[in-house]
Amino acid sequence: MTNNNCADNRRLQGIAVSSGIIIGKARLVDRSKQKIVYQSLINEKDIAREVERFRNALLVTKQQITSVKNNMPDLLKQHAFILDTHLMILDDSMVSEATTKTIVEEKINAEWALKKSVQKINKIFSEIEDEYLRDRSNDVENIAERILRNLAGKEPDSLSVINERVIIVAHNLSPADTSELNTSKIMGFITDIGGRTSHTAIMAQALEIPAVVGLESATSTISDGCLLIVDGYKGEVIINPDEDTIIAFQEKQAYYERYKSSVLRLIYLPSETTDGHRIKLKANIEFAEEIAAAKEHGAEGIGLYRTEYLYLRNKEIPNEDELYNDYKQVAEIILPQTVTIRTLDLGGDKILTHYQMAKEMNPALGLRSIRFCLKEPFIFKSQLRAILRASAHGRVRLLFPMISGLQELLDAKKILSEVMNELEAGKVAFDHDIKLGIMIEIPSAVAVADILARHVDFFSIGTNDLIQYALAIDRVNEHVAFMYEPYHPAVIRMIAQTVKAARAADIGVSLCGEMAGDPLCASILLGLDIDELSMNSGSLPLIKKIIRSISRKEAMDDLNHIMELTTAREVKTFIEKNLERFIPEPKDKNNLKPPGNYSFSADN
Amino acid sequence: MEYFKKLKVINDLGIHARSSAKIVELAGRHNSKLYLKKDGHEEVDGESILSILTMACAKGTEIHARAVGEDSKELLDELSRLFERKFDEDK
Repeated sequence: MTNNNCADNRRLQGIAVSSGIIIGKARLVDRSKQKIVYQSLINEKDIAREVERFRNALLVTKQQITSVKNNMPDLLKQHAFILDTHLMILDDSMVSEATTKTIVEEKINAEWALKKSVQKINKIFSEIEDEYLRDRSNDVENIAERILRNLAGKEPDSLSVINERVIIVAHNLSPADTSELNTSKIMGFITDIGGRTSHTAIMAQALEIPAVVGLESATSTISDGCLLIVDGYKGEVIINPDEDTIIAFQEKQAYYERYKSSVLRLIYLPSETTDGHRIKLKANIEFAEEIAAAKEHGAEGIGLYRTEYLYLRNKEIPNEDELYNDYKQVAEIILPQTVTIRTLDLGGDKILTHYQMAKEMNPALGLRSIRFCLKEPFIFKSQLRAILRASAHGRVRLLFPMISGLQELLDAKKILSEVMNELEAGKVAFDHDIKLGIMIEIPSAVAVADILARHVDFFSIGTNDLIQYALAIDRVNEHVAFMYEPYHPAVIRMIAQTVKAARAADIGVSLCGEMAGDPLCASILLGLDIDELSMNSGSLPLIKKIIRSISRKEAMDDLNHIMELTTAREVKTFIEKNLERFIPEPKDKNNLKPPGNYSFSADN
Repeated sequence: MEYFKKLKVINDLGIHARSSAKIVELAGRHNSKLYLKKDGHEEVDGESILSILTMACAKGTEIHARAVGEDSKELLDELSRLFERKFDEDK
């Protein structure tokens, strides 16, 4: 078990992005460069042979990429475009012809000639101002590495040839890498770089395998074949653990498994309080593939479909059909339940690399989300058309983010009705009674919630942003992050005010921030009389367990008490004490929190 | 046969990976050779995705297209329609 190259029992700390504990063998994905040796060719015969060798390597590379593309699991089909581009680069005269020419004219070996071609291409790319275009040189490097491996006659270091269960250790994983994965063989991912929204994180979530990113030195510390423990709850990786550590983690793993299965058994039961009050529990998703997990965890629909991924993926505006196909798929799979599709909630600079925008002092207060969409109606309309067209295929609700007041809402509604008229004129099918909602996530919207409620069918309270804007706390800023307080009386009052406005106008009100999946908040939200909670799938079973163990009356009584409390700390102490009635505390409070808490979450 | 045509990039994204790939694919379907030139730059091979990418054509860029061969007119007509359709990036 011990491998001398491994640092025994050494621990690395990173960011936990996908929960679970695994113990398994490391598979280092070697993206290190091939060594290139210079060789001069003496006679014509050698040159002809060298050209032939290069052509063969190109051919093999082409076959490899094509086969990766053809064998791509359905889950990852969306990345096929990258591989098409790679095939074109392989055929490009700047790669194939230029290298052949260099071999012949300079009488040098294929490797060196290819290196010269790549250097030349890189130089041209490095002079481009546009960051997106400049980064395409990575694709060229990636292709060149593959060709070099084939010239050396080496097995491609492809993730697709993995045939035993392993933990992938990589500096970083690109969509091109993960698209090759034989997903059934991968126990988990750990990477040197990356964050909560990195591609690795999103993939691991979809595959429901543990992942820890941002470990910094994983690839330099871990050798291929080492035994690893990956703790996807705490973000810890232990290299070559000793017997005691392994046993401890096996127990921890078993504890989680038992816990998970005990709450998972609940998924077929209704989310109903002991006195018969129903509260809908839905899932937040980021891409269509997550629906399977949502259903498995008992989601009663998709309460928030974040639509940013398709825009971020290629840093290009996806076309209407691409969006439509994606939304249609989601609407169809989730039937007979509903999906609430939120329109683009991003800053323009994130998707349009050509978008000329001065550097913003306060991006959170800048041109983003609905503001950006209203400024770029072309982009907005394309998405609205796609959502409306998809509404003909299922039960779709539409949600506008970041509404700050009535004028903004009316402006957005005006564009929506224009789009509806256009579709109608073109005899395109869509749901004419599509329900429209707005995110309540800006304090000004709370203040005028009674006015807004008259113009929409439902509210969705986005607590992540609401807390940030209400308390003026940037969660990412380490100096103030501790003041980000969901239990702040101001936050609870704002939610209460929003619910009151919704009730007065007789419209629905849901809540989709991280608070929805926080076990400590469940009773407060029940007491506040929210209709639906939407959260990451992983949190659903635990929240349901809590809902099923309390009565609405208790929750409302508790809330009356909570409304009297004056600080976040008082509120927290009260609900923590309360919660102990429902959830048995694990042995070690710091290490064993209910898994639900650890699910991946992006900003709402 | 040789034909020339002046094209303007009108799509928001300019010529990015997807649009370049569409140009290469279109050129590949024809027997004629396609060359593209941006003002102040050298003419490039219209079947080379890297050459097209590295021209770095943002929205508003004017491109001089030249096609040589039997179906050069068809090639340029189709190409200009592709530019006009904004590479179908946002139908």
